[in-house]
Amino acid sequence: MADLRTDFVGIKSPNPFWLASAPPTDKEYNVRRAFEAGWGGVVWKTLGSEGPPVVNVNGPRYGAIWGADRRLLGLNNIELITDRPLEVNLREMKTIKRDFPDRALIASIMVPCEEEAWRAILPHVEDTGADGIELNFGCPHGMSERGMGAAVGQVPEYIEMVTRWCKQYTRMPVIVKLTPNITDIRYPARAAHAGGADAVSLINTISSITSVNLDDFSPEPSIDGKGSHGGYCGPAVKPIALNMVAEIARDAETRGLPISGIGGVTTWRDAAEFIALGCGNVQVCTAAMTYGFKIVQEMISGLSNYMDQKGYAGIEDFRGRAVPNVTDWQYLNLNYVTKARINQDDCIKCGRCYAACEDTSHQAISMSEDRVFDVIDEECVACNLCVNVCPVENCITMERLPAGTVDPRTGRTVSDTPSNWTEHPNNPSNVAAE
Amino acid sequence: MTASQHQSGIQPARLDPDTLAQNFDDVQPPLDGHEAAVAADRCYFCHDAPCITACPTDIDIPLFIRQIATGTPDAAARTIFEQNILGGMCARVCPTEQLCEEACVREAAEGKPVEIGRLQRFATDTLMARGDHPFTRAEPTGKTIAVIGAGPAGLACAHRLAMHGHDVVIHDARPKPGGLNEYGIAAYKTVANFAQAEVDWLMKIGGITLEHNSALGRDITLEALQSGYDAVFLGIGLGGVNALGLEGDDKSGVRPATDFIAELRQADDLTTVPVGRHVVVIGGGMTAIDAGVQSKLLGAQDVTIVYRRGKSAMSASGHEQDHAAQNGVRILHNAAPVKLHGNGKIDAVEFAYTEATEQGLTLSEETFTLPADQVFTAIGQTLATDAGLTLERGKIAVTGAGRTSLSDVWAGGDCATGGDDLTVTAVAEGRDAAEDIHATLMKGA
Ligand SMILES: Cc1cc2nc3c(=O)[nH]c(=O)nc-3n(C[C@H](O)[C@H](O)[C@H](O)COP(=O)(O)OP(=O)(O)OC[C@H]3O[C@@H](n4cnc5c(N)ncnc54)[C@H](O)[C@@H]3O)c2cc1C
Ligand SMILES: Cc1cc2nc3c(=O)[nH]c(=O)nc-3n(C[C@H](O)[C@H](O)[C@H](O)COP(=O)(O)O)c2cc1C
Ligand code: SF4
Repeated sequence: MADLRTDFVGIKSPNPFWLASAPPTDKEYNVRRAFEAGWGGVVWKTLGSEGPPVVNVNGPRYGAIWGADRRLLGLNNIELITDRPLEVNLREMKTIKRDFPDRALIASIMVPCEEEAWRAILPHVEDTGADGIELNFGCPHGMSERGMGAAVGQVPEYIEMVTRWCKQYTRMPVIVKLTPNITDIRYPARAAHAGGADAVSLINTISSITSVNLDDFSPEPSIDGKGSHGGYCGPAVKPIALNMVAEIARDAETRGLPISGIGGVTTWRDAAEFIALGCGNVQVCTAAMTYGFKIVQEMISGLSNYMDQKGYAGIEDFRGRAVPNVTDWQYLNLNYVTKARINQDDCIKCGRCYAACEDTSHQAISMSEDRVFDVIDEECVACNLCVNVCPVENCITMERLPAGTVDPRTGRTVSDTPSNWTEHPNNPSNVAAE
Repeated sequence: MTASQHQSGIQPARLDPDTLAQNFDDVQPPLDGHEAAVAADRCYFCHDAPCITACPTDIDIPLFIRQIATGTPDAAARTIFEQNILGGMCARVCPTEQLCEEACVREAAEGKPVEIGRLQRFATDTLMARGDHPFTRAEPTGKTIAVIGAGPAGLACAHRLAMHGHDVVIHDARPKPGGLNEYGIAAYKTVANFAQAEVDWLMKIGGITLEHNSALGRDITLEALQSGYDAVFLGIGLGGVNALGLEGDDKSGVRPATDFIAELRQADDLTTVPVGRHVVVIGGGMTAIDAGVQSKLLGAQDVTIVYRRGKSAMSASGHEQDHAAQNGVRILHNAAPVKLHGNGKIDAVEFAYTEATEQGLTLSEETFTLPADQVFTAIGQTLATDAGLTLERGKIAVTGAGRTSLSDVWAGGDCATGGDDLTVTAVAEGRDAAEDIHATLMKGA
């Protein structure tokens, strides 16, 4: 059996599955049940300063996007940070840490962007026995209007400044949670790194409006006829999160900075992908909110099953394996030539590949009177669209043309020497020696 | 040469070998990977799921289905086997329409439950096809337990005991293990000798010895077992059958349905199994349905199941009744046999109509007669040996996890009180008795 234990910036947990800071981690009752169900750690719902807590709307907080059969694909929320008093949260955190010493307990914090505010809260958090803190620079709604959350996360200088304060005023490891609502994720990551962060976690939610009611013209979720943008999360955001994680993992300045991967983790496979891109663990919110805490059992069994099959004894054995394979477009091998191949035995003759290619791609699929679909190699640019629209898995595949064969589309012989855009004759800044 | 379906008497080879092979093929073929993915996708992963409650072995169904959905059928199989080591057989034979699938919330919502049974088969077949056994034994305890009967109850009990580190000796009266999995279940539910393959796979846990042709009451006594072993588990099923109790029920051509089914299950070549032209089956349970359907599939010209009460009182599920109807078997309700006609050899059965009254069933004056050159009785099975234990309504009386009137003897499955007479119930009872035996033997250890 694979060993799923992780040591993330010195924080140990029995498995890499943490619950992200959100409603599932808002109180002792939830966290206790989460740990009983098997979660390796939790990032407590974001704490604010002492004093009267924030208030939430009293109408709906969520909007959603569904796939067929009402599968929840994306969730949008307009919830704020914890609306329970700081003392209550701290007291409960302490109890939890006492009762579950082997699990990771992280305090997420969001206080005004003033040194005093951070200095004031840190000793209280330290008191709970929490293993670390996460700085919430991500929340894109509500809190950002008050100069916190994403309003900080969008200004790298602020990130660096606050991170530095925290490193100064606490011995606890500092994880900086990044907002994806920014054009280039490397800048805030570099800022966190420069400020001395032990790790970054990402992504927080993406600003979004999930839908508009076409009767009363209110965005959803509608609060008395009005709506406000919310934060988008769930399976739909995973590709965005993976890319941002990869950008940080391969950036010269931040390479090696520990990353906690968040965004759409729903199955063991999602988690493994984040880990392959360098994450030391993953955090989960929407999947738990959709299916309940028990969902972690599949994540645990699936990940250990995968690792056993691959012969990985521990998480470190495959962590970051995909990072060297993430590259810039310009370095992709242009001598890698493929063609679509349709398996006639599997084909159910729906014609979707034909419609896609004929109408929107390269007219590279032929259709006979009796609905036989074939690829025209002379036209196929190997875009893969037919594969993606085909309802039958593996019916259409992309097959590589072996070196030495002639690509009927270009008339050129396929070379076995990789060659990329930097060396291409059409590239005006071609640097390769001809 | 094939005999025609119209030839009278009890004849083998009424159908050609190809038709027979087709008729006895897998009644519900396995799902392929894509079908399983689509079927698994329909599960809602319900909280405190009603399907789990409905499963006598409490398999965590939403979890195993999610494990299939996420591409880990091995993990799914493990989830199943942890609760039910005969999950492979149960996937084939459980009346899911009365168990998990009846409870599925999609059954309530759409009348179309998640195909739990077929998904279970997909997962268990995947793991078993590779032949490796997913469990290992705990440190040896030095205790040895006798398990009597290698049916589902005995096998489940033996496996769980072996997992806990005990040694187990199974005694079975028959030449082959499996109990009714091997000798009773309809052939088309468990094709390709699955019952024996499953026992072989189960035995890979180690620590279990099987003694064939060793019958309690004939070759061994309970006293000897009690003194020779640390504990005894009885999973001897119901070896006897109820007789019709009518004059002439010893006529040739009249036999218990279970005997016919066992003969069919043991036949290497279906063309050698003889069946009547006009077959009458008396009874209303799973055995009656299986005898009727398999007679028809062997080539009987007409098969009629006659049950003395109404449709809803039949213990065979609606699904099974439909299955019989689809195969051309006629089911008559509210009629009971009153006379068996024929000169030495059965040639017709006379029935009276019944009516349920306060005093029980009453018979009408009016009768009707069905031609029959073969009659199968399927009106219930009985305990063949009580081994000196306290009985209750004809079964070994048990309390809790299979505790009998003797402190070192446990019992479970069909032979014991409690639960339906189903494979899955036998597995649950065998497993739970094993846990209780383990707890009892290890007390203070
Ligand atoms: C025709 C038929 C069809 C059925 N179809 C289904 C179905 O589709 N689905 C379903 O869930 N259930 C079905 N059942 C019911 C199911 O088969 C039983 O509930 C189940 O097999 C009970 O398991 P068991 O271990 O208690 O007993 P059995 O399976 O009867 O096993 C008992 C074992 O004990 C052995 N034994 C008996 N007496 C002695 C003795 N004195 N000494 C030593 N060994 C002994 C026997 O040889 C046998 O191996 C069917 C039953 C019949 C008869
Ligand atoms: C209702 C809700 C409330 C959230 N509240 C917080 C919060 O207080 N602090 C925080 O750092 N992130 C918060 N998040 C963001 C999540 O922690 C997480 O980053 C995001 O949902 C992406 O992960 P997911 O796709 O697994 O849901 C919240 C998300 C949701 C849905
Ligand atoms: S989940 Fe439903 S019942 Fe529970 S608080 Fe939200 S709206 Fe109310």
